[in-house]
Amino acid sequence: MPEDHRMPDHTETLGAALVRHGIGRRDLLRFALAMTASLALPPGIAPVMAENLARAKRRSVIWLSIQDCTGCLEALLQSSSPTLESIIFDFISLDYQETLMAAAGSTADRMLWDAVAANKGEYLLAIDGSIPVKDGGVYALTGGRSTVGIVEALAADAKAVLAIGTCAAYGGIPKAYPNPTGAVGVEDLISGTPIVNIPGCPPMPDVLSGILVYFISFGRLPALDERKRPLAYYGTTIHDRCYRRSFYDRGQFAQSFDDDGARQGWCLFELGCKGPITHNACASLKWGGGTSFPIESGHGCLGCAEPNFWDAGSFYTSLAGGSPTGWQNASMAAAVGLAGGAAAALLARDKADPDPEETPP
Amino acid sequence: MTLLEFARGPALQASALIMIAGMAWRMAGILLLRRRPQYAASRHSLARRMGGGASLILSRFIPRRTFWPRIAVGVMLSAVFHLGLALVFFGGAPHILLVHQATGLIWPNLPKGLIVMASGLTLAAMIALIVRRRLHPVLRLLSTADDYVSWLLVFLPVLTGILLSGEAIGDYGSLLTLHILSVEALMIWLPFGKLMHSVLVFAGRWTMGVTFARKGAAT
Repeated sequence: MPEDHRMPDHTETLGAALVRHGIGRRDLLRFALAMTASLALPPGIAPVMAENLARAKRRSVIWLSIQDCTGCLEALLQSSSPTLESIIFDFISLDYQETLMAAAGSTADRMLWDAVAANKGEYLLAIDGSIPVKDGGVYALTGGRSTVGIVEALAADAKAVLAIGTCAAYGGIPKAYPNPTGAVGVEDLISGTPIVNIPGCPPMPDVLSGILVYFISFGRLPALDERKRPLAYYGTTIHDRCYRRSFYDRGQFAQSFDDDGARQGWCLFELGCKGPITHNACASLKWGGGTSFPIESGHGCLGCAEPNFWDAGSFYTSLAGGSPTGWQNASMAAAVGLAGGAAAALLARDKADPDPEETPP
Repeated sequence: MTLLEFARGPALQASALIMIAGMAWRMAGILLLRRRPQYAASRHSLARRMGGGASLILSRFIPRRTFWPRIAVGVMLSAVFHLGLALVFFGGAPHILLVHQATGLIWPNLPKGLIVMASGLTLAAMIALIVRRRLHPVLRLLSTADDYVSWLLVFLPVLTGILLSGEAIGDYGSLLTLHILSVEALMIWLPFGKLMHSVLVFAGRWTMGVTFARKGAAT
């Protein structure tokens, strides 16, 4: 057995696990302080968070992947590094995740229901991918069972449901027109259990770790907005935090991806950037360990964390631009207007009395 | 379909088509107006008559000195409002972009700070103008529903535009939706009310100037 954390002790506290990893209380406090900042909490809460984290025990997480591309899971896995966050991720007991678990078939199925029975009312249900409800949910089956029924059954006994990624939150790309499978987001199917939407395609790993830390520390979910997104991460738009915002305010816009404006880092609004209407933390937390985010790489925001982003017009059409009517329709409208106006004018002429001034003297 | 998608898509197309059809309707009506026959010989040549038209377009920008004390406030407020509105419409980057997407025409935009300032002045002038219209007994008597509807439908895009630029209340998406919808309401109303003067003003002045020159009156 090379690493004891591969066989986790369910009774071990996080504090004991950290000591085992050679991480002291001061590091945990520093981490808690960073997390309070990330979650927009007052810094005074950090010692309480650190204390609660040290005392916390493993919490069971059941993760279902339904109509997904595995991108969400991939993003979360690729982000892991030997940091405190990764230990926090270690500290959840991921009792069921089809992509990662070695078990398969009836063994995996038994593990799922055993985990549910052992942690009834206490486990977190994480879902990535949308849920197909059309035709009785036949488009996603696990062990011959529709995932609609599985999600409903698991959500009923969960402490909370984490809808990870835009597909789980709002239906995402599977829901895009014509939505052949009747894909929906978790909140369209589940009621009665608290839901946290963590949209993004993929969502930011730091956001998930922040929510987990908050939940493990305080035993409840962080403040959510009207779309059930954590306010700390989705309270502002990409545009609000964008380092190119000053160019927007000055009216300096790149006209193409390789013009002088683009080279000087001007705003990408006219090239279709959806930053002004997209709520996410990309511009502040950034990706790749705080390295960059799409706009910093020279491409506009696609708005992937918003509902129906796939059907909201071209990625390269500015928010200010609409769908033009086209010259053919405009000409037709003008012709109809001219004909109607002429007919009305001629009818009015016929009905009017002859103008006395028209009669020659 | 979200409200923003509706506003940017079908609503924009429909309002543009209604505006175009309405303008064509009005133009047809004007062109087919019964003209009075001209029995008297013109006082001036064709070139002088054309010049008279051009002259009146410009001269009507300058108020008569005789009336200046009485109309100064109204004229200045109107000037601020009209110039501000023109600056905002023709200088705002998103507006130029919309025109560019619809017609292919493009020109340089003004800095956002200047546009916001012009919007603020326009808004203030519009409020002062509507207060004056309500307080001035003659203006109040002359005002019809058309005046108030037209004022409101110009005021709303300016108001939502300035809120959008500052993102003061509400999020960008909601404010953008309100702004676009308010502009679409304006587009639909434009051909059918007094706002049509924005299209006809120079043609009207030119026609009057030609008539004046023909009769030998000053332009």
